Amino acid sequence: MHESRPRDAIVVGLGSPDRRDDAAGLEAVRLLAPLVPPDVRVAALPGRETELLDLWTGAPLAIVIDAVLSGAAPGTVHRLDGFIDALPGSPPHPSSHDLGLPDIVELGRALGRLPARLLILGIEAGTVAHGPGLSPPVRIGVERAVRIALAEVATARSPSPA
Amino acid sequence: MAERPGRSDRRTRTIRIDGLARVEGHGSVYVRVEGGRVVEAQLRLFEPPRLFEALLRGRDFSEAPDITARICGICPVAYQMSACRAMEDACGVSVDEPVRELRRLLYCGEWIESHALHIYLLHAPDFLGYEDGIAMARQHPDAVRRGLDLKKLGNEIVTLLGGREIHPVNVRVGGFFHLPAPDALAALGERVLRARDAALDTVRWVAAFEVPDAELDCELVALRHPDRYPMYEGRPASTAGLDIEPSEFEAHVTEDQADYTHALQARIAERGAYLTGPLARYALNAERLSPVALEAAREARLGPECRNPHRSIVVRAVEVVHACEEALRILASYEPPARPAVSVEPREAMGYGCTEAPRGLLYHRYDLGKDGAIRAARIIPPTSQNQRVIEEDLRATVQRSLALPRAELEHACERVVRSYDPCISCATHFLRLEIDEP
Repeated sequence: MHESRPRDAIVVGLGSPDRRDDAAGLEAVRLLAPLVPPDVRVAALPGRETELLDLWTGAPLAIVIDAVLSGAAPGTVHRLDGFIDALPGSPPHPSSHDLGLPDIVELGRALGRLPARLLILGIEAGTVAHGPGLSPPVRIGVERAVRIALAEVATARSPSPA
Repeated sequence: MAERPGRSDRRTRTIRIDGLARVEGHGSVYVRVEGGRVVEAQLRLFEPPRLFEALLRGRDFSEAPDITARICGICPVAYQMSACRAMEDACGVSVDEPVRELRRLLYCGEWIESHALHIYLLHAPDFLGYEDGIAMARQHPDAVRRGLDLKKLGNEIVTLLGGREIHPVNVRVGGFFHLPAPDALAALGERVLRARDAALDTVRWVAAFEVPDAELDCELVALRHPDRYPMYEGRPASTAGLDIEPSEFEAHVTEDQADYTHALQARIAERGAYLTGPLARYALNAERLSPVALEAAREARLGPECRNPHRSIVVRAVEVVHACEEALRILASYEPPARPAVSVEPREAMGYGCTEAPRGLLYHRYDLGKDGAIRAARIIPPTSQNQRVIEEDLRATVQRSLALPRAELEHACERVVRSYDPCISCATHFLRLEIDEP
């Protein structure tokens, strides 16, 4: 039941489309999709975090974009190394509907289903109330996250110095 | 149990588990022991009352499947199927058989996805002694990979038929909005076959678990159908002789409010607490399992009836085999329906729909006006129905485990709750045990 391994970078947006700024990651990959080279895979996984394990396994670089709540100013983009930094917003135990990103990283580690490098772009949410539409500062944060992701993808694809 | 008078028997022990790990939603357990006897056992469900029944009032009949799907992210298909069946019942419409087959296939996807999640990430850690599925994955990576692959396949079936996997958008009263592409369905067959084999491995894996002794003597209630293991259709039936039309459900099942929980608690009016879900479905329908699933049940030594809630994990695994088999049958005989949906004209009527969500019977009733507006709605989810039995099991478990150290007693309570796969959203370890001694 396993599919081909990605040979290039992958960018994944997480979140809920119905909880205002929680959709930041989904909006980021929507904007990003037409801007990346065709062999870079872009995916939105609203509420399907465990599928990350299938998508990113073996990729040289995975960028995950998601909304976070850390107390910073709305729209702030947190840039985290998924294997080194403590990930924000991790509940102490997994939700049963699906696992949170920190749990997915741990599960991927246990199962040997990880990318070579994992960059997490956390966009600070202002509101996660019910309803559609990003708040203005978060929309600016989304655009910033898109620029960072594009630069990271370009760097990953450029030939490394001998 | 012989009681010895003494200081320890006079004391009051209050066992509070303020957050239940590895169940759907937020709930807690409260047990009070006085003088060596359990005097209260409560399963407290904290999810805020969602008032969906009130929200549905005044909405168009065609909106019910999409609105009620929002009640649960794990079993939205069950809500859509019960809502559609109730609306089609009210409007006097019969859906074409090929469309019914596609609905069964969609439901198979939800059973596979929900059961695989519960078996591998929520329930199995209890038997193998791990805090959670991630800790278990470090020592049993192949098993967890198998579980995640099964869950993914279930998700993909839901996505293919439902348009998306969480809260599907392709289901409508009368059928579907769009039919799936035949080549997409054809491509699924080989993968479902492999999933069936993974499901058989799952049955063997869980059948070998060491299971606590327990025996439920309550009434078991599930749908029963003359020739199908129930999922999408059947009549409510029970081990105590209930055999009714969905329209008679509320004549036999009543719901009461308790002041400590946000969920209503159902009971059979004449007899009391009852259980729905895998144990009930199996007890009432085992012989209607697919031959491969039935053989798997025999190999797992389930017998004609299983009343140990801790062995529900084995029944779930057998049901995953059955869901894969059912999906294979539907895919093998698939002929694209002539139309994705029949046209449905509303009329002033009552409609009733019962289907089997992964965790038990899900009942919907709607009262429609002439214009198709919903005048009243009633939804009885499986966890409301199972709540009293869970509490009775907690009471019995604590009573026979009073000598256990505090941590083990708490763990035993959590295991009880998890074995019923409650859905608090439609029912994590911040444990606190308080012992008050006068």
